[in-house]
Amino acid sequence: MSDRHPMTGNEMSGASEGGMERHEYDVVVVGAGGAGLRAAIAAHEAGARTAVVCKSLLGKAHTVMAEGGIAAAMGNRWPEDNWEVHFRDTMRGGKMLNNWRMAQLHAQEAPERVQELEDWGALFDRTDDGLISQRDFGGHKYARLAHVGDRTGLEMIRTLQQRTVQLGIDVFMECTITELLKDADRVSGAFGYWRETGRFVAFEAPTVILATGGIGKSFKVTSNSWEYTGDGHALALRAGAALINMEFVQFHPTGMVWPPSVKGLLVTESVRGDGGILRNSEGKRFMFDYIPEFFKAETADTEEEADRWYEDKKNNRRPPELLPRDEVARAINSEIKAGRGSPHGGVFLDIASRRSPEFIRKRLPSMYHQFKELADVDITQEAMEIGPTCHYVMGGVEVDADTQESAVTGLYAVGECSGGMHGSNRLGGNSLGDLLVFGKRAGEHAASSAAGLSARPAVREDDVKAAKTSALAPFEVSAGSGGGGENPYTIQQDLQQSMNDLVGIIRTAAELEKSLREIELFKERAKAMVVEGHRQYNPGWHLSIDLRNMLLVSEAVAKAALAREESRGGHTRDDFPLTDNEVWGTKNLVVSLDADGTGVDLSEKPLPVMPGELEKYFD
Amino acid sequence: MGYTLKMRVWRGDQSGGDLGDYEVEVSEGEVVLDALHRLQATQAGDLAIRWNCKAGKCGSCSAEINGRPRLMCMTRLSDFEPEETITVTPMRAFPVIRDLVTDVSYNYEKAKELPYAELGPRDADGKRRMAQIDVERGQEFRKCIECFLCQDTCHVVRDHEENKPAFAGPRFFLRYAELDMHPLDTHDRRKLAQEAAGIGMCNITKCCTEVCPEGIRITDNAIIPMKERVADRKYDPLVWLGNKIGLRNRDNDGRTEV
Repeated sequence: MSDRHPMTGNEMSGASEGGMERHEYDVVVVGAGGAGLRAAIAAHEAGARTAVVCKSLLGKAHTVMAEGGIAAAMGNRWPEDNWEVHFRDTMRGGKMLNNWRMAQLHAQEAPERVQELEDWGALFDRTDDGLISQRDFGGHKYARLAHVGDRTGLEMIRTLQQRTVQLGIDVFMECTITELLKDADRVSGAFGYWRETGRFVAFEAPTVILATGGIGKSFKVTSNSWEYTGDGHALALRAGAALINMEFVQFHPTGMVWPPSVKGLLVTESVRGDGGILRNSEGKRFMFDYIPEFFKAETADTEEEADRWYEDKKNNRRPPELLPRDEVARAINSEIKAGRGSPHGGVFLDIASRRSPEFIRKRLPSMYHQFKELADVDITQEAMEIGPTCHYVMGGVEVDADTQESAVTGLYAVGECSGGMHGSNRLGGNSLGDLLVFGKRAGEHAASSAAGLSARPAVREDDVKAAKTSALAPFEVSAGSGGGGENPYTIQQDLQQSMNDLVGIIRTAAELEKSLREIELFKERAKAMVVEGHRQYNPGWHLSIDLRNMLLVSEAVAKAALAREESRGGHTRDDFPLTDNEVWGTKNLVVSLDADGTGVDLSEKPLPVMPGELEKYFD
Repeated sequence: MGYTLKMRVWRGDQSGGDLGDYEVEVSEGEVVLDALHRLQATQAGDLAIRWNCKAGKCGSCSAEINGRPRLMCMTRLSDFEPEETITVTPMRAFPVIRDLVTDVSYNYEKAKELPYAELGPRDADGKRRMAQIDVERGQEFRKCIECFLCQDTCHVVRDHEENKPAFAGPRFFLRYAELDMHPLDTHDRRKLAQEAAGIGMCNITKCCTEVCPEGIRITDNAIIPMKERVADRKYDPLVWLGNKIGLRNRDNDGRTEV
C-alpha cells in the first residue's frame, strides 16, 4: 500500500490513464459514519483485513450532525432505569412495529458501547458524582442520553475516527461505491470511483457492510447532508436484498424555517429536553391539545404538572412537548395549517423565557451559535421559529437481528440504512446507540464469516465491465430530442420538490399515486442526463450517479406509503387517519427490485413475534 | 430582496488556473455556499466544491473568501455590500486538486503520527469518574470540526512547505493539549510535542485563533499551556535539580512518557 495517496488512499495519480486499481480485503465497510467506523473497528479487532470506503473525507460523515445524545440505560441519573424500561420505551415509540430482538439487543448493549467510547478518549458531560451525565429526551421515561453539550455526534465520530486511525485501518476517502459484485448468491466485492480522479476501483471481498446512512436528500426540506442519497438502500436492492418499513420517514418536529438557505437545518430535541416549549402565534402552549390516547396515562395535562416534571419525575408526568417525534411533528403541522403559525411558516420554540442565558449557552452551545450566525437570532433572548424537517428513514435493509446480515450472503447493513430497529418511529437518541451496538455486531459477524470460508468468492470481469459502462453512461448520452439533454441538478430539484409536496408528513392516496407517476417521468428524464466537463472531481457527474439511487429509493417510499392504509408513527394518511392494529399491526411491507431492475415490487411479511417473557412489559 | 451578485471564483487544477467572473442571483439570508451551489446548478455543473453539512458542523467547505480563510457555509452574503465582488479561492496552504477543492493530506498524515488516549482501568463498578470542571478544558478543544483553517492560516507552513515535515500545526497542538489535560490519561507526550510535532516553531501570533469558526482559543488555552508544560519538563532549573538529586516529580505521577 506504499503508493497510496496519503489522504484518499488513491493508488494512482490523476494523470495516468487506463487500468483500474484493485484491492483485496476480508471486510469492506461502505460508509464512515458512526456505524461504519464501529463496524470497521470490530472487524479489525476480530482479525479481519478491513477497509472503510467513504464518499467524503474521514470525520465528515452525517453522524457529525447528531446533537442530543446517545440513549443508553446506564442509570447514572435515575437508578430505576434499566434495559427493560429502555426496551419498552423503544417499542412504544415505534408503535410496536419494531423488530423486538433488535430493540432488546440495543437496550441491553448500548451502555457498554457508550463506556467503550469513553475508554477511547471521549469526554462526555458529567453528573455531580463524576459519572457520564444523561439528559431527558422525547419518549424516554428517564433522563437517559449520554451527551456532550449539543454536539454529541461530533464527539462520537471524532472518537471513532481517532480509534480507526490508531488501529491503522485502511480508509479510502472520497471514493463512491456504485455497484456490489456477486458470485452466485454471495457478495464478492464492490465497485466504485475515486471522486478526486474519476478513476475506477474494485474491492474483492467476501463480506461487505453497508453503512451509508439515509435518504433525506430526496426531500426538499431536510436536515440531511448531500451524501444522504440512499446509496446503501439502492445497492442492497440491486444486489437482491429486501428493504422493510420504507413508508416510515421521520419528520423531525424542529428544523429551522428561516432564512430560506438554512430551511430544514436541525434544531436539537435537547431544547425541549432542557425545558423549551412550543407556542403558536396566539402564544398558546398548544401541545396539550395533541396528547394521543396511547400516551395519555404518562403525559402531563396541565402546564403546572409539566413544569414540575423536570425536577420531580416520580410524582409528575412528562410534558407533551416530549412526546415521540411523530406526534410533535404532526401537531406543529396542524397548527401551521390552521393559520396559527409564525411569520416564516413555523411555530415558536421558546427556551429564552424558561431558562437563564448562562444555562442555555452551557447546555446548547451549538444551537446558540447556529441561530446567532445564520439567522441573527439570540436564543437566550427570543423564541426560535421552527417547523418539521425530513430527518431520518426508519426503513432500510431487512437484516437478521443478531448478525445484521441481509438476505444476500456476506452482505450486511447497519445504522440508518438497515431497517427494523425503530419500527414506525425512532426515538431521539436511539440512532447513535443503534450505530454502535449493531456496528459492532456486524463487524464481528462479517469478520467471522470471512474467516470461515474455504475459498474466496470470485469477482466476474463481465460485472466489472458492466459497472464501468453504467457509471460512464452520463458522459455518453447525446443531447435529447427536445434539444439539449437533462441537467442532473434540475432533475434532483424537481424530485425533491415532488417528494416534499406529495410524500411528505401528511399523505393521501391521490397524492401518492401522483408522486409515483412523477417518479416515472423523472426516471425517463434521467436516461437523458448529460454531464459537462471531465471525470476529475466533477460534482455534476457524481450527482448523476447518486440520482439513480435517489429515484429508486423514492419509489420504494411512495409505493409502501400508498399500500399502508393506516396512520402509524412516521406515516400519516389523511385518508386513513387511524392506527389499524388488526390489519396492519402485525406485518411489514417488504420492497424488492422488480424483474426489469428499474423499479420496485411490494410484498407483505408477518412481524417477528415477541416471546412471552418480553410481552409482559406491555400489559 | 434578491440581487445579482458578482463573484470571482478560482477555476483550475494542479497545472494552473485562473479566476473566473460570474454573476449569480442571490436572495436574503443566503451564504457564500448557496451562491456557489446556484452557480453549479445553472452555469458551471462541474465546479468542484467540497462540502457536506452546510451548517458549520463538519468543516468541509473551507476556502478563502476575499483572501480570508473561512467556511463558505457560515459566511453570510449580508456581511458584504450587494455591489461588492466576492472572490473565492482555495485554501493556499494545501495543493489544489480542482477548483476550490484542495488536497488536505498533510492533516491526515499528521493525525496518523499523533499519540492516542490511554486511560487506566475503570473503577471497580465498571464506570469512570471525572469532574465536569476537569473535562471542560478538553471539551473546548474537542469542539474542533477539523476544517483546517488554522492550518491554512498558520504562517509556519502557509508559505513554507519545507516546514511541514517537522510541524504538526495548531489543529494537532489542540489534540496534544487535550490529551495532556485529560483527567484519566496516563501518557506523557511533552517530548513528542516538542520533538515530533515541533510546537517550539509556533511563535504565538494567534492567527489560528482568529480564523477558528468554533471560537476555540487555540493559542491561549492550548498552545501556550502546552509550551509551558514542555518548557517545565525541559528547561526549569528546579525540575532539573530535582531530577538530578532523585526527587520524585509529582507532575509525572501516573504518566508514562511516550
